[in-house]
Amino acid sequence: MAATKKEPVVVSGAGPLNAPLGGLLTWVDQRFPLVSQWKDHMSEYYAPKNFNFWYYFGSLALVILVLQIVTGIFLTMHYKPSAAEAFASVEYIMRDVPGGWLIRYMHSTGASAFFLVIYLHMFRGLLYGSYRAPRELIWIFGMVIYLALMAEAFFGYLLPWGQMSFWGAQVIINLFDALPIIGPDLSTWVRGDFVVGDATLNRFFAFHVIALPLAILGLVAAHILALHEVGSNNPDGVEIKEHKNEKGIPVDGIPFFPYYVVKDALGVAVFAAVFCAILFFAPEMGGYFLEYNNFVPADPLKTPSHIAPVWYFTPYYSILRAVTEDFIWVLRAGVVAYTLLILFTSRGCLSKLLAVAIAPVVLIAMGVIEAKVWGVVLMGVASMIFFLMPWLDKSPVKSIRYKGKLSRWALTIFTVVFLVLGYYGTQSVTPAGTLISQIGSLIYFAFFLLMPWYTQMEQTLPVPDRVTT
Amino acid sequence: MAEQQPDKGRRCMLVAASAVAGGAATVAAGVPFVASMFPSERAKAAGAPVEVDISQLAPGERMTVEWRGKPVWIVRRTPEMLDTVKKGTDKVSDPTSQKTQQPAYAKNETRSIKPEILVLEGVCTHLGCSPVEKFQAKAEDFAADWKGGFYCPCHGSLFDLAGRVYKNKPAPDNLKVPPHSYLADNKILIGVDTKGA
Repeated sequence: MAATKKEPVVVSGAGPLNAPLGGLLTWVDQRFPLVSQWKDHMSEYYAPKNFNFWYYFGSLALVILVLQIVTGIFLTMHYKPSAAEAFASVEYIMRDVPGGWLIRYMHSTGASAFFLVIYLHMFRGLLYGSYRAPRELIWIFGMVIYLALMAEAFFGYLLPWGQMSFWGAQVIINLFDALPIIGPDLSTWVRGDFVVGDATLNRFFAFHVIALPLAILGLVAAHILALHEVGSNNPDGVEIKEHKNEKGIPVDGIPFFPYYVVKDALGVAVFAAVFCAILFFAPEMGGYFLEYNNFVPADPLKTPSHIAPVWYFTPYYSILRAVTEDFIWVLRAGVVAYTLLILFTSRGCLSKLLAVAIAPVVLIAMGVIEAKVWGVVLMGVASMIFFLMPWLDKSPVKSIRYKGKLSRWALTIFTVVFLVLGYYGTQSVTPAGTLISQIGSLIYFAFFLLMPWYTQMEQTLPVPDRVTT
Repeated sequence: MAEQQPDKGRRCMLVAASAVAGGAATVAAGVPFVASMFPSERAKAAGAPVEVDISQLAPGERMTVEWRGKPVWIVRRTPEMLDTVKKGTDKVSDPTSQKTQQPAYAKNETRSIKPEILVLEGVCTHLGCSPVEKFQAKAEDFAADWKGGFYCPCHGSLFDLAGRVYKNKPAPDNLKVPPHSYLADNKILIGVDTKGA
């Protein structure tokens, strides 16, 4: 048996505990791959030495995941997932359960913090080309986590059974209704009733506390395993594995433990300070983290005069609202222009064939299917188009540090547009807001769809052989 | 025996057959789980018709009742309101109610059985919000030349005083007229069609 042949574990620096601790570790290690796992993922996982500020957010996301799971477990001890009792049980947690308000606010603030950290983590990926080969699967697992997290947040938002919970769920479930043929049955199936009601609340609770957390945990494991298989990218976008010393260790790598554990601990401390400040002084964040209308119990007969999703969904919500009948004409023009662009400039035969095959189908479908469906489709595509990043970015370099002006401007404009769309998604509908959202939506998609062109056209800077500072 | 070569064709066939049988069994096992998420018998049984007394409803006012968990509005329209319905046909996308958003007996100019009494499901045909009443004809944020009707706060769809949707708005269809009938002059039964209609 291979396991019994393992060397005794030597514990250094433990003083008088040395012998018994070493003995225990040896006993465990001969029965479970403890030492090798520790080495693979911590003490001998070599990460590039030039990680900067942007590299805090991966470990922070993990910390928040744990926070959400722990606070969630304690909330389920007092929460009642039924339409008759849900709202009152949340108020009971807030008023009567000892420390209940703190646990609830940790969970609700944690949700917003999770998205903030995930968006910054994704932005890091966009900055330094962390999605490029050989890290495509890390990116894809990450994107699936992001989608699962959006579903998790959506299901969770129904549970307090306030006005926003109810009408938010009503609007999102009715999105399925827009799909041709299967739409109405699908939305009835999701609701479990002909209206959002007790059945809907009860199943959303099941998804929120069991189904999605399990899926997210598995995906996070896959995300980290894939990362540790290929190794971390870095702000220079060069591969540290190309320069190894005689022991086979990357010369620009430092072991994750203790170096990055200590660095990330600092990040967690700073984060915790900011988090606590929000938790104690502004847990509702002026209506952005917890919306005012959600302190009113759900009323199926009356929609609040202003409804908007929580801030982390608003860029997509803007795109949904931007698609009006007039805007379909703009989209048609966009499809035609994009097809022509592919036909005249693409070198690949396959992409030309695909363009010629797909464009007419889309154009005909735009005539047949109503605008409402296209809003839903564009919103879905907008959240999922990130999946294509590894194949859209054709730059010879990974990091924004060495990309040309076009890529830099594109990412800057995209970031601004994402924030502007996010802002208008929180506002009531006005003609100006709709127009800005429409222009924003076009730029949003242009950032991705034109990427194969602008990343190849521009003059890139020389990439250093080894990592810089 | 030990030297015998495996029959590759046989092995392939067996693997494929097991995979198909196992796959079919897995799909079949999923059916009850998927089916369990459809509305229960209790949910299907709910939804009895609702009887409404409209004798207290003043001209120009709206009342809301719940039917099958949805808001149903009853509006007693004034002659001026009916006038805007008749004159406003150029602003709405389906002025003659061609799409089946109403029972046959409400497929008319006023989308109602009695011209003044409008019965509508208060559920926006876009994404299911409940529009709010904006009966006053005055300049609004969403339309400078507003003639009165309903405004959906979620995505800005507009409906006139017959529940007809304005052109170029997110909502694709007119508001639904639920099946309803008159038990007496001032009594409406929502959920049951007019006899013989």
